[in-house]
Amino acid sequence: MRQHASYWAFVVHRVSGIALALFLPLHFWTLASALSGSLAWTEAPLVKLGEWLIVVALAAHLGGGLRVLALEFLPWRGWQKSLAAGAAALALGVGLALALAL
Amino acid sequence: MSYRTQAALWLAQRASAAVLALCVAVHLFTIIYAVRGGLSAAEILERTRGNVGWFAFYSLFVLAVVIHVPIGLRSVCMEWLRWRGRSRDLVLLAFAALLAWAGMRAVLAIYI
Repeated sequence: MRQHASYWAFVVHRVSGIALALFLPLHFWTLASALSGSLAWTEAPLVKLGEWLIVVALAAHLGGGLRVLALEFLPWRGWQKSLAAGAAALALGVGLALALAL
Repeated sequence: MSYRTQAALWLAQRASAAVLALCVAVHLFTIIYAVRGGLSAAEILERTRGNVGWFAFYSLFVLAVVIHVPIGLRSVCMEWLRWRGRSRDLVLLAFAALLAWAGMRAVLAIYI
């Protein structure tokens, strides 16, 4: 089972979801408090790495979520592996685009 | 928990996911656009301050998050922590309240 693409799609979806849930209060707090001051701290390499990871987690969770919605609401279950690959491609694409923009 | 409540949570999770799919797509484009040349508070606020469109968008985004995150964590608590019952649901309700308060505080901070 652990070699199946769907298993890894499930694990990535879940772990990225937990990471996003933990990140959100921090994100909201920063938005409300730090915008009045300097954002120079966002230039630190570790912050940039964290930023990049959380955006990739967001893209991966979006891809994984679209996969779940497609599985549950559309009648094409034979495409499971393609959906998992599509979710991975979306996360990779966003990750590369952000790495180029950062 | 009754089947009716479980079905309602399932539906709320999918409906909020559909809203979030659109919000997150917009958010990802905005992030990649906004970080070019470094993040600046002035640049963010210039885009959002007094803009009713962004205010409505981020308010909807927060509302969908407040619904989606606790229901998702509920499955994680159940399946990975074996945590069930009233204590779990009370903690998740408190987390939903925290997200709603902190989220709207952030939305107002970039609007006003």
